[in-house]
Amino acid sequence: MSLSAPDLASPVTFDPADAALELYHVRAGYGRVEVLHGVSLVVPRGSVLALLGPNGAGKTTLLNCASGIVRPNSGCVHVAGLHVNEVNPDAFARAGVCCIPEGRGVFPNLTVNENLRVFSHAGNVPYDIVRERAFARFSRLKDRGNQMAATLSGGERQMLSMSRAFVAEPAVMLLDEISMGLAPIIVNELYEHVHHLAAEGISILLVEQFARLALKVADYAAVMRQGRIDVVGRPDEVAAHLSGAYLGEMR
Amino acid sequence: MHNILAFGVVGIIYGCLYALTACGLVVTYQTSGIFNFAHGAIGMFMAFTYWQVSAGWGVPWPLALIIVLFVLAPLLGLAIERMAIRPLYGASLGVTLAVTLGLLLFLLGAADAIWKPTITRRLPAVLPGREVTIASVHVSYYEILVLILSVAVAVVLRVLFTRTRAGITMRAVVDDRELTARSGANPIRSAQLSWALGASIAALASILIAPLQNFDQFNLTILVVIGYAAAVVGRLKFLPMTVAGAMVLGLMQSYAVGYLPSRFLSDVSPVLPMALLFAALVVLRPARLEAVRLKLGRDRPAMNLRPSLGLAAGFVFASYVVAQMLSAGSLRTFGYGIVLGIVMLSLVLLTGYGGQVALCQMTFAGFGAYAMGKVGGSSGSPLGLLAAIAFPAAAGALLALVVLRLRGIYLGLSTLAFAYAMESLFFNHQLGYGGNLFVHRFLAHSQEAFLVEVSLVFALVAVGVLAVKRGQFGRRLAAMNDSSVACVSLGMDVTGTKVAAFTIAAGIAGLGGAMYGGWQTIVGPQDFFMLQSLILLLTLAVFGINVVLGATAAALYLAVAPIIERHSGIPNLTYLTIGLGSILLGRFPDGVAGLLSSFGERVRSLAERGRRGPDAVVAGEALSTGFDLADEEEEVEVVTVGP
Repeated sequence: MSLSAPDLASPVTFDPADAALELYHVRAGYGRVEVLHGVSLVVPRGSVLALLGPNGAGKTTLLNCASGIVRPNSGCVHVAGLHVNEVNPDAFARAGVCCIPEGRGVFPNLTVNENLRVFSHAGNVPYDIVRERAFARFSRLKDRGNQMAATLSGGERQMLSMSRAFVAEPAVMLLDEISMGLAPIIVNELYEHVHHLAAEGISILLVEQFARLALKVADYAAVMRQGRIDVVGRPDEVAAHLSGAYLGEMR
Repeated sequence: MHNILAFGVVGIIYGCLYALTACGLVVTYQTSGIFNFAHGAIGMFMAFTYWQVSAGWGVPWPLALIIVLFVLAPLLGLAIERMAIRPLYGASLGVTLAVTLGLLLFLLGAADAIWKPTITRRLPAVLPGREVTIASVHVSYYEILVLILSVAVAVVLRVLFTRTRAGITMRAVVDDRELTARSGANPIRSAQLSWALGASIAALASILIAPLQNFDQFNLTILVVIGYAAAVVGRLKFLPMTVAGAMVLGLMQSYAVGYLPSRFLSDVSPVLPMALLFAALVVLRPARLEAVRLKLGRDRPAMNLRPSLGLAAGFVFASYVVAQMLSAGSLRTFGYGIVLGIVMLSLVLLTGYGGQVALCQMTFAGFGAYAMGKVGGSSGSPLGLLAAIAFPAAAGALLALVVLRLRGIYLGLSTLAFAYAMESLFFNHQLGYGGNLFVHRFLAHSQEAFLVEVSLVFALVAVGVLAVKRGQFGRRLAAMNDSSVACVSLGMDVTGTKVAAFTIAAGIAGLGGAMYGGWQTIVGPQDFFMLQSLILLLTLAVFGINVVLGATAAALYLAVAPIIERHSGIPNLTYLTIGLGSILLGRFPDGVAGLLSSFGERVRSLAERGRRGPDAVVAGEALSTGFDLADEEEEVEVVTVGP
């Protein structure tokens, strides 16, 4: 490996105060099974970080740690410079973390408007403004306000769940495999939106199986394997190491 | 014309009250995801509290009403949420069912112990003697008050759940609890609000309906069955449909009173809710089909034939010894437990192995006792015993065909409704209100000899149930319990399996009923009320519903509890302990049998660790001690990481 796995991303220098989300030597797992063996990762404010890696690498667990669903056994989680290890998921959400879990980011038995209403629990932004901004960004949702979320298409559901990015300022959005089970054309559209959201100043941590797609919109990328961060860097640098990470070590 | 209007008014008033109950049920289901069988019991308990505050302590009724509705009922709701409901997060359907049913039993037992049923109570009259005449129909102020309050509650609920953030969040929690937390809402606060609200609505409905009914614990609790029917019409989801269903029920009952010949009346009016419930279940597609596994306790391999025969012989011998030792009175209660044990074995098969919720097993037992009494004649002929198995088995097969599509809560509700309807349609009719059917014993006549016979029957049925578990039919039952969809896709005959399970279980229950009748010698309708079925199911659930050993322990408990009750002087000890035990199932879902066996496993693995060194068995232990990892099993599978 030419790139080591350092505490912080080595090729890029961060001002720690500029980090929207920071994980520092986090160890975590379920019961007696440890999944993350000391992970350090920084999402700089207003940037997109793509987290790549094979199945079972611990990507979803990392997101769960970063949103308070799983508590770290050791190490620190910082959101916008605040130490938030011990708090509950709802407090994470109020701190601006919106984690969109894989495949179920909406309440199917609530209408689109009601979904936005519940989402806006967390934030410092009032419901009306959230709604306005969500409909401005995702115009397809506008005429579906009173429709049950269960009746939306897969792409529309992802858009609705991504509307959570507007409820808090500043916001960190954690996206888990938004391409899951969607047609390529929809996925492309969604990534377009990810790009725009980032341009509006929302920090995004993106977990994705389709590495090429994710690298296209990402400012930084990290590769995770067996509970550790292998490589961190600019997308083009990371791309060179991807096949090794997925298919086995090249020594 | 005048009569049509007059009965219409009565029907609408009753409809309002049923709607109030049903809306409370829907609200708790929609906001906590739990169908609250104890809804009526909560209302009953608060109605008695209201009596205590107003009539008992002399607080004027409006103030008492406010205290009960806005302070005491929400407090009870909060307490229930904290003690019984919160541990249920992530629990299987079977456990939530047992916990709310246990709550029903516990509240009933507690109310009965606090407010002795020997005194007649009346609630303070509200606006007495005042009435207005509308189109020649006299309408009392009280009826107008009921109407206004019901409409107000319905409107407030509607606004709460569609317009306010608190209400929307409560619905969101049921949809996806984790996502609600991720959105920054506190799911526990939401659940607290929901149970406080549910308890208040239950209290209001019970207090309003109490002056129109017999004011006794059981009656007020059971009224909720009518609410179940209306709630199912609204598919446990839609308030307007629920209200409509309640109105239809109220009007039907009222016109039945008005226009049907009085000799039919006592039959028809309790059957109406059941008829509506069945109609709704057959016609409507349930909005949220329970595809989840019932799962009460972990599966364990069945004992082999030889040890089970050995234990059976031991059991019979022990009962012979016990029969010699006990006094006549204690012997009576002891045998009572054993005969109920036979009925519980049928539940092990049907509910424990097959995952089919049946809340009507004592009804089948009653059919068995009836057949034995009628066909068996004065000699207790074997023909009677045969009829005691065949008649309930046929009834069980019929019931299974009717409820074929239903699972989980809906199945539980319809079997409950079946039991409720049979009370008046069959038992009150055929056995008479006083209880006058003599059931003769088969073979043995003396009390001691019959106890040995009953124990022998229990032991044989237990061996049989174990054999079923080991055989092909047992595997079918387990497969149906796991996933009936997967069974169908494999080409397995789920319909046949389900009907067969109900038939066999009803047959066993009937055999138990014949023994029960023989043991009591005289049976009456009250022996086979639906509450008895509930007690059996819950006792079994507490001791372990999917193991024969659980049924044995439950039988022994039912044999011993009345003796303890008599000596300790604590009234309703059985109700209270079984209710409490069922509530604790939320924390220990495997029951007593599960606790014992995981204790055994722990001891064994500790012993093994001693032999093999400290680290060798950690993984094996983690997999075998169900409790600590029970919630995380799924995730552990997903994140398997190996060096």
